[in-house]
Amino acid sequence: MSAPGFLILSALTLLGVYLGRFRVLKISKMPQNPAPSSLLKYYGIYVALWVFIPGFLVMMASFLPLFSGLSRRTFLYTMMILSLSGLVYGLRRTQPSFRAREAVERTFKLVLGTSACLAILMTLGILISLLSETVRFFTWVPFLDFLSGTTWSPQTTFGPEDSIGEFGVLPLFSGTLLITGIAMIVALPVGLFIAIYTSEYASSRTRDLIKPIVEMLAGIPTIVYGFFAIVAVAPLLHTVGQGLNIEISSESALGVGLVMGVMILPFISSFSDDALRSVPFELRENSYALGATSSETIKKVVLPAAMPGIVAGVLLAVSRAIGETMLVVMAAGLTANFTANPLKSVTTLTVQIVTLLTGDQEFNSPKTLSAFALGLSLFIITLILNMIASRVVQRYRKKYGT
Amino acid sequence: MAHSLSARPPSLERRYRKDRRFRLYGLLAVAVALIFFALITGGIVFRSFQVFQTKEIVLPFTLDEKTYEGFMSRGFKELFPDATEEDLQNLSTLLSLGGQKVFYQARARALKNKISQDSLFFPLSEDALRLPKNQPWVNLLLEKGLIDLRFNTRFFTEADSRNPETAGIWGGVLGSFYLMLMTLFFSFPVGIASAVYLEEFAPKNRFLELIEVNISNLAAVPSIVFGLLGLGIFINLLHLPRSSTLVGGLTLSLMTLPTIIIAARTALAAVPKTIREAAQGLGASRMQVTFHHVVPLALPGILTGTIISMARALGETAPLLMIGMMAFVVDLPRSPWDPATALPVQIFTWARNPEPGFMSSAAGGILVLLGFLVLMNLGAILLRKRFEHKW
Repeated sequence: MSAPGFLILSALTLLGVYLGRFRVLKISKMPQNPAPSSLLKYYGIYVALWVFIPGFLVMMASFLPLFSGLSRRTFLYTMMILSLSGLVYGLRRTQPSFRAREAVERTFKLVLGTSACLAILMTLGILISLLSETVRFFTWVPFLDFLSGTTWSPQTTFGPEDSIGEFGVLPLFSGTLLITGIAMIVALPVGLFIAIYTSEYASSRTRDLIKPIVEMLAGIPTIVYGFFAIVAVAPLLHTVGQGLNIEISSESALGVGLVMGVMILPFISSFSDDALRSVPFELRENSYALGATSSETIKKVVLPAAMPGIVAGVLLAVSRAIGETMLVVMAAGLTANFTANPLKSVTTLTVQIVTLLTGDQEFNSPKTLSAFALGLSLFIITLILNMIASRVVQRYRKKYGT
Repeated sequence: MAHSLSARPPSLERRYRKDRRFRLYGLLAVAVALIFFALITGGIVFRSFQVFQTKEIVLPFTLDEKTYEGFMSRGFKELFPDATEEDLQNLSTLLSLGGQKVFYQARARALKNKISQDSLFFPLSEDALRLPKNQPWVNLLLEKGLIDLRFNTRFFTEADSRNPETAGIWGGVLGSFYLMLMTLFFSFPVGIASAVYLEEFAPKNRFLELIEVNISNLAAVPSIVFGLLGLGIFINLLHLPRSSTLVGGLTLSLMTLPTIIIAARTALAAVPKTIREAAQGLGASRMQVTFHHVVPLALPGILTGTIISMARALGETAPLLMIGMMAFVVDLPRSPWDPATALPVQIFTWARNPEPGFMSSAAGGILVLLGFLVLMNLGAILLRKRFEHKW
């Protein structure tokens, strides 16, 4: 299939283009036939499509496990037969009166539409693959135990043979929430105040300087934040802890949350900035006219008016923080700790997904299946958050007519 | 109540003070962000110093010496004629274990170019240099001027290795390059085609709204979920090889597809309606209007969006880990079906390595990654500035 098949397909396609064009030209030159109804190139493309599409489909089918029993030669011959028959059929249809351009354009539109359907197929694909593995997981571990259990310790190879381990997901949720909470404590005030400063107080030159730098914080790959966390933040916290005589784990939720906060800061600041700027000037001017200072105006008029946009930004930032993987994998711990103490090490959903799937990979053990269950939970949570956020933005836009 | 011109009632004074404080908070917040930005970049640069310099020793090399061990003892014996066997043993521990590779590579080169004698630089092991029992030898070598501090070009040209002194980033760079090519190959045509269809040809009904909601949700799904999708479909269902650039490219293109579609749709929507109407007025069909007029005009915006999406895909590690790119890959991939590694995965593997020397390799790798990201984003911005149309 691969290289020689591809070459043959390309050669046949080009042959189709040439022959189609040639044939139409010859036929239309004969006195009793009408002039071609489309530009000549379209006849060539029409024939080429009849050659290429069947061949291409055969090539794609060779990847499916359904046909893996068939040899490469079978595929090659099938492709050649189909493409050649396509060539013959297409050539037969090339008459000058045939509206080739319309046929070509219709086919093209179909191709475009199929591509668009891929987007829906992708969501379905995610749901189906996650669901099927999750359902298989729930044949090992009961659903309620999963949702309400407070211990998470999947059986490692050192455990007792017939126990599959505990799969209670609550410590993972609590770990994720703890880290996300700390991150929001950092990011919300700082991000909001940055947005207030850039939208209300800064000159446009300062704004053009500040906004790109803050946005660069968003563009830094999360693995860099993870590296920074283990290289700079964790040791620093540990030293501070030693100085204060408190035990701060080197994988503490505090450290991870802090760095995570810096990471999601730009989301909050840019959403809030947009929201604040889209509040109509009249509201501010009315407030000033009644004698309010600028900070009072912001606090009492602009901020409440921009609240839906800010809330949407917060929701999206939370969604991002929950789904964040690399930062937590590098800087947070592996053992599930059902605690609210930020100085201890906790683990999150995403860390567990990575740990479970990068060890040994027997694909039917409850261990690896649980990763898919966790993935589905993650997908559902972020989906809900995103839908609420976009609903909020929609209603906000309707209110202000943006 | 009469007020003198220069005095303000105390309540007003209080409000003005609050106002100034509020503004100060805003400035402080900006300062915090800037400081963190400086800390992060500065910290990484600082941590990477060690990887860009290597301490190397000059040792004479002849073709007669066929083994690395023989070469080491002969070389040190020439330098220190009165050294005992035990001394020679100690001295050879100074050389980095990666020096073996350097030796055999140099030998192959010498055989090819028929050079029979040379003196070469060999990397020294940082840990051995620090050991107290080696100090007298180290001082002696330093006195003789035989230890040199050189710029570590090996970091940029070598693939991964078991020693931090000879480990390089080239495997990661090449792997990421192939991955980007594959991702572009799959997601660019499909993304543009979908965007064109959704923006120009799809009937504006509830179904279209559903697709739009779908795509914006997909754009916000965490990247690890796409990794799970790749694992489930490409590896378990279709049995494609793990850790290959093919699977990596397919998975990453699934991830970048929604962002490309959104960016392309925005660019297409920005082309004014009058262009379309004028073209149709002159007799063009819908396809011709779209592909001869609208798409070329929207192309700069589409390309900018694509470059930015690719830049985001370059830094993604989680999906690649899911499809198995965790392994230690030393050979460079020769086809899309071979196992490969990628820049961010390489950084991750190094950062997790217990050997401390690898931390600065990881920092160096991060700098390389950031360098590529800066280049790509600058390219996108330049593209936008040059071809931006103000309708």
